[in-house]
Amino acid sequence: MDFISILSIFVMACFVGYYVVWSVTPALHTPLMAVTNAISSVIVVGALVAGAAEGSVISKWLGLGAVVLASVNIFGGFAVTERMLAMYKKKEKK
Amino acid sequence: MEHITTPPWAMLAYLAAGVLFIMALRGLSSPATSRAGNRYGIVGMTIAMVTTLATHGLASLPEIAGAIAVGGGLGFVTARKIKMTDMPQLVAAFHSLVGLAAVLVGLAAYLNPIAFGIAGPDGVIEVQSRIEMGLGIAIGAITFSGSVIAFLKLNGNMSGAPIMLPGRHAINLGTLLAILGLVGYFTQDQAPWVIAVITALSFAIGFLLIIPIGGADMPVVVSMLNSYSGWAAAAMGFTLHNTAMIITGALVGSSGAILSYIMCKAMNRSFISVIAGGFGAAPEAGGGGAAKVQRPWKRGSAEDAAFLMKEAENVIIIPGYGMAVAQAQHVLREMGDLLKKEGVNVKYAIHPVAGRMPGHMNVLLAEANVPYDEVFELEDINGEFAQADVAFIIGANDVVNPAAKTDKSSPIYGMPVFDVDKAKTVMFIKRSMGGVGYAGVDNDVFYMDQTMMLLADAKKMVEDINKALAH
Repeated sequence: MDFISILSIFVMACFVGYYVVWSVTPALHTPLMAVTNAISSVIVVGALVAGAAEGSVISKWLGLGAVVLASVNIFGGFAVTERMLAMYKKKEKK
Repeated sequence: MEHITTPPWAMLAYLAAGVLFIMALRGLSSPATSRAGNRYGIVGMTIAMVTTLATHGLASLPEIAGAIAVGGGLGFVTARKIKMTDMPQLVAAFHSLVGLAAVLVGLAAYLNPIAFGIAGPDGVIEVQSRIEMGLGIAIGAITFSGSVIAFLKLNGNMSGAPIMLPGRHAINLGTLLAILGLVGYFTQDQAPWVIAVITALSFAIGFLLIIPIGGADMPVVVSMLNSYSGWAAAAMGFTLHNTAMIITGALVGSSGAILSYIMCKAMNRSFISVIAGGFGAAPEAGGGGAAKVQRPWKRGSAEDAAFLMKEAENVIIIPGYGMAVAQAQHVLREMGDLLKKEGVNVKYAIHPVAGRMPGHMNVLLAEANVPYDEVFELEDINGEFAQADVAFIIGANDVVNPAAKTDKSSPIYGMPVFDVDKAKTVMFIKRSMGGVGYAGVDNDVFYMDQTMMLLADAKKMVEDINKALAH
């Protein structure tokens, strides 16, 4: 992909992010931070590429280290978000 | 020559992952759809990881599986065990991991550029990739060291008071310019020392930027670091030409930026003044009040409070960080239940900056089983204080201080506050009359005719009120 296509995706995604995040209810701002944390660990994609590649031993180990860190975030982030969201309950109708 | 190209199906898969992440955030527009949103996020992440492994990693699958198991296990156990009051620390710690992971990925790409498809067979990295890589490592490193400091401050390992270095603005600005200059130089010379110095300076600046920021500004700092972690992911996405990373980075970056903006607005502070730091430098405990005239105030007992609230029609509860510190959310919900049994209409009012991160109070109340439709935001409930019989303030202070509306010289002037002075009776739970809020200003609410000060530990006081209500 050329730079302009990538930049276009980036700019559009910033706008999508802007509108989607403003529509998040303030009551869920803490889960929002936890889940954004989890998804920003999609950086694991880069870590996996490095961890899988041949050619440089140091690079491979750096990649594997990054896989460990990102995995903490992915599993931890989604799990803690799930735990929080499960707590939000509506008033019981009697 | 070996040139990595991503097959079209993989590009579509990354795009799908990006869309699923958008839907994950979209789900958070209401608690009812939020859990489905989280599942979309999990599916998106799975797609992104499986796609990467399928196109790259099958050769070293055992090592990678081991790395995922170690990290994932650690993350999962932490997520299960963490106390809800400690969420701000956890989020700060998670931010630091994203930052460090970005640095490691950046360095790995630098050391093995051919594997990332960003260099010719001679190992010369493309100029554009060098800029992206340099910026990605810099933002990642700032996120890492900044988040570590934020974590230490939130966790109480380090004083929440701002630490002010002399000439820090000059040092910070100089360091930032040096980093940008080196990223520019990196396009000309891909020597290891350049990337090493960029990394080191970025770690240093992250540290320097956060140490002067005080405890009360932590909601802004945590949001800001959230934003940085997104931009770091986006920069790596540019390096790797990966749509999932770019979309996610943009989402997370804007999310953190918007939350920082909301937090600043809720404190009527400019982003620049928060970054410049120093707020909350005034000593928290009173003692400077010697010169002040001692004004009369009324002390109430748990029995008085219970009696008045039983007779009330509308009670609005305003929780603040003090409630979290005292772990009083569960007994507070019991109090709400007891009052509802007496036919009292109970509502909770939450200020945007209550707690140490955006939405922190909402989570704590949800944990204590307070239904979310009884919890209201500042602008939705502020008109109701005139009809309220009791405003019950527990662990909050600055967010109910009328000086924010009237006193131009007050450090919190202009901050939107709850109009508790309009309520018929105000009950204020506080440890003692000595302490003042984070902003270090006196509060006129203490001395109003209709105010009853309930001086005790928040949890103890609410327990006593509950005992009196149960009679």
